[in-house]
Amino acid sequence: MTSSDTQAPGSSEKRYVRPYGDTSGDGMVQTSFTLPVPHGPRAEGAALLLAAKMGLEPAMVVHSNPIGPDFTFFVVYGSAKHIIDLTEVEVVEREYPLLPPSEVNTVIKRALRRKLVVVGACIGTDAHTVGIDAILNIKGFAGEKGLEYYRELRVVNLGAQVSVPDLVKRARAEKADAVLVSQVVTQRDAHILNTQEMSAAFREAMGGRRPLLIAGGPRFDPRMAGDLGVDRVFSRGTTPGEVASYLVHAINQRKEQPA
Amino acid sequence: MSVHSRPPLLDLDPAVVATARHLAAKAAAPVVEIARSHTTVSVERATLRLAGITGADSTHRAGDVPWVNRVVDTVAEHCGLQDGVCGPVFHALAEHNLGSLTELAEATAAGQVTYRVPTGKDATRAAKASRAAVAKGLRTVDRNRAQRDKLVAKLGDPPRRPWIYLIVATGDIDEDVVQAANAARAGADIIAVIRSTGQSLLDYVPEGATHHGFAGTYATQENFRIMRAAMDEVSREVGRYVRVTNYASGLCMPEIAVLAGLQRLDMMLNDSMYGILFRDINPIRTFVDQRFSRQVHARAGIIINTGEDNYLTTADAVDAAHTVTVSQLLNEHFAHEAGLPDELLGLGHAFEINPKVPESFRLELAHALLARELFPDAPLKWMPPTKHMTGDVFNGYLLDGFFNLAGALTGQSILLVGMMTEAVVTPFLSDRDLALANVRYVLEAAGNLAEDFRPAPDGLIVKRAHQVLGEAVDLLGRVVDDGLLNAIAEGTFGLMKRPPDQGKGVAGVIAKGEGYRNPATDLLDEGATK
Repeated sequence: MTSSDTQAPGSSEKRYVRPYGDTSGDGMVQTSFTLPVPHGPRAEGAALLLAAKMGLEPAMVVHSNPIGPDFTFFVVYGSAKHIIDLTEVEVVEREYPLLPPSEVNTVIKRALRRKLVVVGACIGTDAHTVGIDAILNIKGFAGEKGLEYYRELRVVNLGAQVSVPDLVKRARAEKADAVLVSQVVTQRDAHILNTQEMSAAFREAMGGRRPLLIAGGPRFDPRMAGDLGVDRVFSRGTTPGEVASYLVHAINQRKEQPA
Repeated sequence: MSVHSRPPLLDLDPAVVATARHLAAKAAAPVVEIARSHTTVSVERATLRLAGITGADSTHRAGDVPWVNRVVDTVAEHCGLQDGVCGPVFHALAEHNLGSLTELAEATAAGQVTYRVPTGKDATRAAKASRAAVAKGLRTVDRNRAQRDKLVAKLGDPPRRPWIYLIVATGDIDEDVVQAANAARAGADIIAVIRSTGQSLLDYVPEGATHHGFAGTYATQENFRIMRAAMDEVSREVGRYVRVTNYASGLCMPEIAVLAGLQRLDMMLNDSMYGILFRDINPIRTFVDQRFSRQVHARAGIIINTGEDNYLTTADAVDAAHTVTVSQLLNEHFAHEAGLPDELLGLGHAFEINPKVPESFRLELAHALLARELFPDAPLKWMPPTKHMTGDVFNGYLLDGFFNLAGALTGQSILLVGMMTEAVVTPFLSDRDLALANVRYVLEAAGNLAEDFRPAPDGLIVKRAHQVLGEAVDLLGRVVDDGLLNAIAEGTFGLMKRPPDQGKGVAGVIAKGEGYRNPATDLLDEGATK
């Protein structure tokens, strides 16, 4: 092997790496898991077999204990035989950084010198407010507080079954910077048609001065933003922190390139 | 059950404590008045549930709609709810000569019933019939309470304090039963079934056994029955009475309290302000619903758990420590007013100080001891760290150990088992097992350490406790001056601003008319069975 093979291009960093226990290249890892097998030698054998299939050779079951009559818990140490080529690592870059709430607040304060106004609603006949509430309610989702928690955000949650004209009217009255609509029901593509109707109504009523439009729901594809006429689509598993970080990113961009 | 015979360690000034309670009562008084002078759609539905309406309209175009919702909505439409739902309902039952309330509900759905407020003899007859029906429901609640006492006497309470409280949340009641049974065998004394995300904002209680919740399982009467029956079986197996917990919160708080009483649940989460602050439910709706549900809990012998821990997940646990004390004092007053004795008052608090704060453990001890000594006879509920659990499960396990130690050292009554996977994944079977091992180790190694624990009279713990109590008294003074509803509107608690005329469920709040009658509140107020 030449030195160019073992070094990552353009750096003095190693190109090939293994886990580090207490010696370079020892490959040592530690893992724990439970098998649905009663505690005993057979269970231990099964754990070693799994460890081998996971690429841990040699492996040691350093601890096992029964969990009830049918399960066994294991702690396993072993050497991972896999080698990682750092040139194969792909880092997916988000187009905006994830910010903690305090930083979101600071950025808004600096950029707007007032609170950023977010209006949220479930539009059409959709009565499923679980999604919009998870993003907006202070209770939040996945351990993150909702947008109401952010001091520099003013959140107006219009709730369920809001008509598009009402939404446009309220967004205008509240001087909304961003409008979030949630769509859960997908029968006959209701989520797509409702969202398109909504974005068309905002374009017609407010043109280039329309607020940021954001659609969210478990069945949306994030690549559909253009088709839907919105600025951004969020899909299943989105957390309030991601939405807040996107909001400040988008508001900053808008400021730089006024419509 | 109040066995907290601890000598006081903080030397709290009884005059300051009395002032704090006096201010809490004063702050709560106008709200109690509002709660007494209003009813809600959910209180009326709860009353009909006590009177015996069960089941749902499965032919409705919006999916299953519980019969109580159909009936209450129709009465509201025809003649309003200012006189209570019972007069119109029991008058219609007699007028149409129907055999049961379910038949009346079906006829209502078919559009065959026109409701009106009865007068004269009709009113007297309807009042009598509704009282008899609701009394029958309350007698079931009474029988369940007696049955619990019998089972506790036979099987026994957990052998020590704190009782160990563990959460299951699979979304499928059948899986919940498996997890709960394993947890009880591994030492859990109390099983809580977390509700599906967003159930608090449903203005109806779903029906039947459910298998598809989101991050939790729907609270339904049938799910309550299934879990209680399964834990009765496990109780016999492990030789102690395993308690079952659910959530009387959200828009259907009163109905869920009734269903808990009807199915012999043992504890219910039931906070006076949680729904307002964290779910944006209308404040008046919440206070009215809360009062009724607490009356039901008092009758059913159900221990309530309040939600002060939540404030500390949004606000800083050091800066906002006194808001927890204030909320505990308010919850205590509202609970007493609704008839709950101290031994059913599981006031909440939590171990949420940033572990990077110097002396954080001593500060936690100060806050926990303050709660213990302010409420010596209440079964305090001690909640584990969540905010500073980072995904570093090893550190989390250590932090949970300190949380358990603080609970043992300060004589907490109910200890919610902390999970090292908090904020990572729903706990694995092994995570729960490890968490219980952590609790067992601490309680066996240091469970009686309280005996040797004497904080120095002028040390940090004692000083800090006095400081927090002082700040709580100051804040209560301001709440009295502003009015509690204004304080809530201005964001005093948990940083949320909630004006009294807004929020979810506001349309379901009705001022009681002169002729308002509710046999459930009558029977609960009187403690009567007939």
